[in-house]
Amino acid sequence: MARSQGRAWGQTARPCAFGQLTPPVARPLLATMPRVLVLLAHPVLERSRVNRRLLSAISDLESVTVHDLYEAYPTLSIDIAREQALLVEHDVIVFQHPFYWYSVPAILKEWQDLVLEHGWAYGAGGTKLRGKLTLNAISTGGPAQAYRKEGYNRFTVRELLAPWEQTANLCGLRYLAPYVVHAALKVTGESDIVTPRDGYRRLVTALRDDQIDLERAARAENLADEIDAVLAPREVA
Amino acid sequence: MTDSVLAMAFVYLLAAVICVPVAKRLGLGAVLGYLVAGVLIGPWVLGFVGHEHHSVGHFAEFGVVMMLFLVGLELRPALLWQMRKPIFGLGGAQVVGTAVVVGAAALALGVHWKPALAVGLIFACSSTAIVLSTLAERGLLKTQGGQASFAVLLFQDIAVIPILAVFPLLAMVPAVLSPDAAAAAGDSRPGWQTGLMLFGAVAGVIAIGRFIVRPVFQFLAAVKVRESFTAAALLIVVGIALLMQQVGLSPALGTFLAGVVLADSEYRHELETDIEPFKGLLLGLFFISIGAQIDFGLIASEPAMIGGMVLATMTGKLVVLWSLGRVFGLDRPSRWLLAFSLAQIGEFAFVLLQFGMTERVFTAEFTAPLVAAVALSMGITPLLFVVLERVVLPRLADPGREARPHDEIATDAETPVVIAGYGRFGQMVGRILRANRIPLTILDLDPEMVELVGKIGVKVYYGDASRVDLLHAAGCEHAKLFVLAVDDKEEATKIVENVRHHFPHLTILARARDRQHYWELRKLGCAQVFRETFGSAYEAGIAALIKVGFRSYTAHRLAKRWRDHEEQTLEELGKHWGTKDYFARARMAMEEAERLMRHEDPTVYVERDAAWDNESLRADRKVDAAAIDAERS
Ligand SMILES: Cc1cc2nc3c(=O)[nH]c(=O)nc-3n(C[C@H](O)[C@H](O)[C@H](O)COP(=O)(O)O)c2cc1C
Repeated sequence: MARSQGRAWGQTARPCAFGQLTPPVARPLLATMPRVLVLLAHPVLERSRVNRRLLSAISDLESVTVHDLYEAYPTLSIDIAREQALLVEHDVIVFQHPFYWYSVPAILKEWQDLVLEHGWAYGAGGTKLRGKLTLNAISTGGPAQAYRKEGYNRFTVRELLAPWEQTANLCGLRYLAPYVVHAALKVTGESDIVTPRDGYRRLVTALRDDQIDLERAARAENLADEIDAVLAPREVA
Repeated sequence: MTDSVLAMAFVYLLAAVICVPVAKRLGLGAVLGYLVAGVLIGPWVLGFVGHEHHSVGHFAEFGVVMMLFLVGLELRPALLWQMRKPIFGLGGAQVVGTAVVVGAAALALGVHWKPALAVGLIFACSSTAIVLSTLAERGLLKTQGGQASFAVLLFQDIAVIPILAVFPLLAMVPAVLSPDAAAAAGDSRPGWQTGLMLFGAVAGVIAIGRFIVRPVFQFLAAVKVRESFTAAALLIVVGIALLMQQVGLSPALGTFLAGVVLADSEYRHELETDIEPFKGLLLGLFFISIGAQIDFGLIASEPAMIGGMVLATMTGKLVVLWSLGRVFGLDRPSRWLLAFSLAQIGEFAFVLLQFGMTERVFTAEFTAPLVAAVALSMGITPLLFVVLERVVLPRLADPGREARPHDEIATDAETPVVIAGYGRFGQMVGRILRANRIPLTILDLDPEMVELVGKIGVKVYYGDASRVDLLHAAGCEHAKLFVLAVDDKEEATKIVENVRHHFPHLTILARARDRQHYWELRKLGCAQVFRETFGSAYEAGIAALIKVGFRSYTAHRLAKRWRDHEEQTLEELGKHWGTKDYFARARMAMEEAERLMRHEDPTVYVERDAAWDNESLRADRKVDAAAIDAERS
């Protein structure tokens, strides 16, 4: 059961926010520690076509915590201590968000600027994130062929995410290739998104269970395209 | 019989219906209205009511009993305990002091010491009925002076018991006081027995309040008959009054006690609403009967004697009260309020004079002018209140505040921020600034607040921020910001005017009560004005949106958008306030806000139909290129 961090006490479930339909459940004592933290950043999740559905694919997973940033910080004033505590608690950090201006929605930038403190995440004594895994799970309006050197957007998504890759690097996190769902605006119903949903669930599950070929995942361009290759050997085993 | 009862009721009610609103309109208060009504229908003017007024008066005295019951309901035991010092200290000193002064005067006039002392004690009592109703009507009960007056009245009520007890000892012809006569006066029991009965009665009242009322009301509540509630409430009051009379205690005191016992109970409001209308009517009746009782015949025949007596007594009481107010540390306006409100002789005097006659302390000839004087002194009390409010207090207004000179403000208190008013609003602003180590100079006019906040270590200077010398002392020349957080509209306006005039460099952030006040303060030059409840209502609005299912971020954005519109229209609407098209404009603004919220997409994260799709981007680019080409050629 995913723990829902964006949800304050006493709030009723909202139909539009899928990650929050289930109330937080007290984990049994000797159960596994939370492993995967999904930091969701979507300013209008109620109108999302892709991210909402991706989220629903993982929100029921055991040991996966979904933290809805816009819901938790509607005025963008981020609680640094709480965010750091969440990071420490988890081994895998997934940033899930739509691609906005070849980058992240504003709150994620704010999150980055505030939470990754010197002496905590990097610099002298900044070792708290060492050894964890991280990746971006992204939806883009543009189609796959646009994100190529010869394409309309001239860079690959991974190239455009260079700041995130280097941030991870500086903080001692291991950066994996992004999981990208292209042509998000063409998605009009469940049927358009079956494969990406399914892949996302498999990816998060495998990350949780350490069932992933890290070398390959770090080298890939888009995990969505290589999901079978990245997971195949372990999943079979 | 029925006829005459109905006719009498008609006369009384008519007089009240006419006189009371007129008196109120003239700013004289309802009590004076009732008294005048009594005089008018009394034997000396219209003669509608004559001798029966005594029985009416008796009946009407019950209004006082009910009033004290209601007063008791407002006073939780803990609160009463807090007041023990003013009750016994100030109250005791007043009764003794007045008795001595009046008694000495009587002695000087050649009255024997025994009746002189009796008159002194009788005249020491003031009128609970008139004073409490007047104070309540003018909203003065909760003030320092009002509380002091209440304490004194309460002590007087208690003092009536020992006064009644000593009267037999003051009899001029003790020999006549045969056992029969004593029995007739209802006092044949030995002292210890009386004491025991008193104690038993008080214990009984407390027991009734504690253990009987609750289950009875619970039962009645279950039956759900409205009238039985009212009946039960009346039953309590009547029953306790009866019990008290039996043991020779003041019924008013007894019901007061019952009220205090019930002040903590969950039926308090129930009792209050049930008794209130009866009390109002009966008290009115009581005042009317006092008015009708004033014996103008006697007064006309002995004007100098009676007039002089009233004047001398009231002056004497006034002086005693004022001095005691000073001794007990009341501030100046409170002292004057105490003195003016309690200067009359109260309704107890009627009872006590009567009793004194039975006990042969006085003769009938001696008593008659005293009764007239008492009635007259009660009659002019409402007038005294008018004098107090219109003449005395206004004179005091400025020097009055001097009563406690404003605090000396340390010279190193030169701070960038001055806060005027440290109530709920000022405190919030102050705490945020203090938390960020901004030095503050804080002024407040409420001594209690100053003390309270002082206890938690915040230095607040006592003083009136509308005074220019204090503003200087607070370092306004050097400050940058003035936070105006007083809750009183007029006070706020006065302060702004002074600050703008004498310290034009100061930026003023002001708290406003409502829209109208907002515009007023803006016009006076406040940089920013905050409606005092706007912030919390705004937050509640956001919370409501979230509760009905909006995502938090969206709710905040929508509310902020609404707020921007609201603030903008507020400034706009200010120009039309007071003109006849104000309401039309206000409605238009509201509709506009609703239209805005409904039709425009509130959040801007819109992908206009596949805006980030390749083909559409390419298409856009072609359009742009064409436009650029067109411009070039
Ligand atoms: C402000 C904004 C900026 C965007 N920038 C890009 C962009 O740089 N590249 C792109 O491919 N799509 C861009 N898009 C399209 C979004 O990526 C797309 O709407 C989103 O991935 C759809 O996911 P959703 O259905 O979960 O909202 C942008 C959309 C918005 C609203």
